[in-house]
Amino acid sequence: MLPGRKSAQPAPPERISSEYTATDRLAAWKARWGIARMSYRVKPGLYALGSPSASSPVFAGANYTLSFNALRTNLKGLSAWLLVLDTKGINVWCAAGKGTFGTMELTRSIRQTGLEQLVSHKTIILPQLGAPGVSAHQVKAYTGFSVSYGPVRAKDLQEFLRLGGKATPEMRKVRFNFTDRIILAPVQLVYYAKYLLPAALLLYLAGLKNDAALTVGALLAGSVIVPALLPWLPGRSFAVKGAAAGLAAVAALSPLLPFGPYQLAARALVYAAAASFIGLDFTGASTYTSLSGVKKEMRLATPAQALAFLAGLVLLGARRFL
Amino acid sequence: MILKYLRGVATLKLDSAKCIGCGLCLNVCPHAVFKLESRKAAITDADLCMECGACALNCPTAAISVKKGVGCAQAVRMGFLKGTEPDCGCGDDSSCC
Ligand code: SF4
Ligand code: SF4
Repeated sequence: MLPGRKSAQPAPPERISSEYTATDRLAAWKARWGIARMSYRVKPGLYALGSPSASSPVFAGANYTLSFNALRTNLKGLSAWLLVLDTKGINVWCAAGKGTFGTMELTRSIRQTGLEQLVSHKTIILPQLGAPGVSAHQVKAYTGFSVSYGPVRAKDLQEFLRLGGKATPEMRKVRFNFTDRIILAPVQLVYYAKYLLPAALLLYLAGLKNDAALTVGALLAGSVIVPALLPWLPGRSFAVKGAAAGLAAVAALSPLLPFGPYQLAARALVYAAAASFIGLDFTGASTYTSLSGVKKEMRLATPAQALAFLAGLVLLGARRFL
Repeated sequence: MILKYLRGVATLKLDSAKCIGCGLCLNVCPHAVFKLESRKAAITDADLCMECGACALNCPTAAISVKKGVGCAQAVRMGFLKGTEPDCGCGDDSSCC
């Protein structure tokens, strides 16, 4: 039996507005820096934006606060029904990948909210990025509702409606431009800073202040330079891009370091390997890397990173005893 | 500027014989991998495919196959360590899956 078939009396839809407030801005900022992520959930269910009627459009979305805010604020001036699925507070794109934004959850939600009784039409607009989790023809078979895939970005929604429910090819494309990438840098930075800042502090306290600086350099290379300069770093591989950023960081710091060529080369190996490792993790935030590609890349890069890192340390150690 | 990932790795396959030219794959693909040519879907450049699986899941005639997955190094590492499929352990993370 399909989930949600025996729906009890659905609760009346909650009314919401399309205003973007200071609280919303703060929430967005906190989420970007990874602060208190768990609290960015909206209660799943049906919401009434403005004063929707039986002919108003229905939009489905995730129960991640930032996605929800993007949806409602971009519908300013319109009346619509918003169907919020339970994606465990995860955005549409990631939730669709996991399948929590999916055929079954959408079916359950349509049934449980009694959407059928509220609207006279049978169309539900989904964000295009929900498509990896939703099978439009199956939803139709289960619920009678036709899925219409809207634009990738909520800001194109009004234009999409004006075009009669059609998205232009531009609206259908996921982008990964400078702003998109740099917005993701803090999460990466905070994640690796947890390990590398204490490491840098230890090095500093041990009297190795040049290496403390280089550790911070590798951290910034992998987590900030990689996102910022992604299209310009060499190669298609993220590990190679990360290594290049790491080498650039060592080169940039080299005038300030008291090292000869041997010492510098050994350190270049160590810190380029570290930056490469962090850079490779940016595949998770990118919008165009495939699993097959990442697997292939990791098979080659992981041993290479380990080898370079160890070789650098051995070279540094060997010098000490010579 | 179009960013492209590694060459020749995507698992995307299209069986034109099954295609009825509905165009849904063009609608759901975030990287414009498909085009319609004489009422059949065709692949423009498979290197652009990120294996999100949207096309295969939404094709009404199952003309498309792709091994769906998240292209995330952290997920692959977690999967490898736990001995499972690549698993996104990012939980509520909004930037990575
Ligand atoms: S979704 Fe399937 S049937 Fe429709 S155009 Fe694409 S390949 Fe052909
Ligand atoms: S798997 Fe995703 S990216 Fe690849 S062709 Fe299908 S829809 Fe496009």
